[in-house]
Amino acid sequence: MVEKIVLVLTPVLAFFVGIFLVGFKRKMVARIHRRYGPPLHQPLLDIIKLLAKKENISHGVMFDLGPVIALGASILTVLFLPLPGFKLLTPYGDLIAFLYIMVIGSLGMALGAGESGNPNASIGIARALTLMLGYDLPFIIAGNTLILKYGTTSLFNLMNAQSNLHWNLFFLPLTAVAGFIATYGAMGEHPFDVVVAPQEVATGPMVEYGGKHLGMLMIDHAMHVYIETALFVTLFLGGASNIWIFILKQLGVVIVMTLVDTVLPRFRIENAVRYFWRWPTIFALLGLFIVYLGG
Amino acid sequence: MEMQDVIEEGYVGILEDLRKRSLWMLHYCTACGAIELPPTITSRFDAERFGIAPFVTSRQSDILLVTGYINIKTLRRIVTVYEQMLPPKYVIGFGSCTINGGIYWDSYAVVKRLDLYLPVDVYIAGCMPTPMAVIEGFRSLMKLIDEGKANGWKKYIEDNAYYKENQRKVLG
Repeated sequence: MVEKIVLVLTPVLAFFVGIFLVGFKRKMVARIHRRYGPPLHQPLLDIIKLLAKKENISHGVMFDLGPVIALGASILTVLFLPLPGFKLLTPYGDLIAFLYIMVIGSLGMALGAGESGNPNASIGIARALTLMLGYDLPFIIAGNTLILKYGTTSLFNLMNAQSNLHWNLFFLPLTAVAGFIATYGAMGEHPFDVVVAPQEVATGPMVEYGGKHLGMLMIDHAMHVYIETALFVTLFLGGASNIWIFILKQLGVVIVMTLVDTVLPRFRIENAVRYFWRWPTIFALLGLFIVYLGG
Repeated sequence: MEMQDVIEEGYVGILEDLRKRSLWMLHYCTACGAIELPPTITSRFDAERFGIAPFVTSRQSDILLVTGYINIKTLRRIVTVYEQMLPPKYVIGFGSCTINGGIYWDSYAVVKRLDLYLPVDVYIAGCMPTPMAVIEGFRSLMKLIDEGKANGWKKYIEDNAYYKENQRKVLG
């Protein structure tokens, strides 16, 4: 019974933790710029304002369904992530299923934004899908390294195997670095923010989205931040014994990401993919080789 | 007053209290007043602490800043952009040019008064308005929203024939 209640409430928790992380990031960027910055609950205010807009402009049925598909995929992905002490939906082959489901959101966005007919949206989608080719390669190699080392694909077992400071960050540093850079790319931070580049393609796929659509996409973004950081914490930072330590570790990941994000300019798309297929992939392959030799 | 009205009024009141804390301005700078916006947004004056951030497309924005003199050519674009924005939406007129044409008052190519063509919620007087004046303009817009007086977008729907006729006179 408790498991079922936790299962239902997990997306809500993911939303609020995601909102907190996004708000913290905005505040932190402001402090690095030597500004005071918006209040911590600013993203929540933005979402309420967007959902309370009077009108909604639609460009077709698929345009309306795009954000719904993205948000649905995010909710499903959250249900696969284990919380400390609770394994949620766990069929066999957790990690593999997880890597597949994470893609559905981007595809939903692509279908929805593609129908708006705005050339900026098309360019943004092309960039998003190309970038996905880039960061998925090192990430899948890193994931497979963990599967090879622990002989399991269950995220819950992977989390439990790292208890008592047996973190993969310390024991498989090369794999962890590759996984971190891949997660970083998936979050779309600088220098990999070619998808949502306001100066070039006017926020890319979101260019025709406004009002309630955009509100839904912002909810999706908050949950996406939760998913990416929680996956990194689960795979490399040893999970946690309770939910507060879990959130604290996620906050640590966000802080490190923001410190890098604030000071870097933007790659061109071909440079971003070339970077992903060079350094993180080399690190991931070296890590795989070490695990293979070490048994 | 019936129960339904009480609930609805309370709902709108709370909503407007929240709405004033999140205003996204359109990154479309029409004239010279736009030069005051970078210092308003960046470190020294920091407009983001009021929740005011620049956004690049008309679909996502709430405030349209008309920063200075308006050519007849530009007016066409401003009207298009304003009609693309989703209500509730607000217009801020910058400087004396949007009030009476400013130093371009006798030019054949410049429109004299902005509020004949679009409903303006707040005017910021002066040429150029300083970042402090711009922030003050934002503050007064927030106050108007809180009091429920920033109803330019409703006026544009109700008096649409009036605005359209004025636009047609200039644009042809």
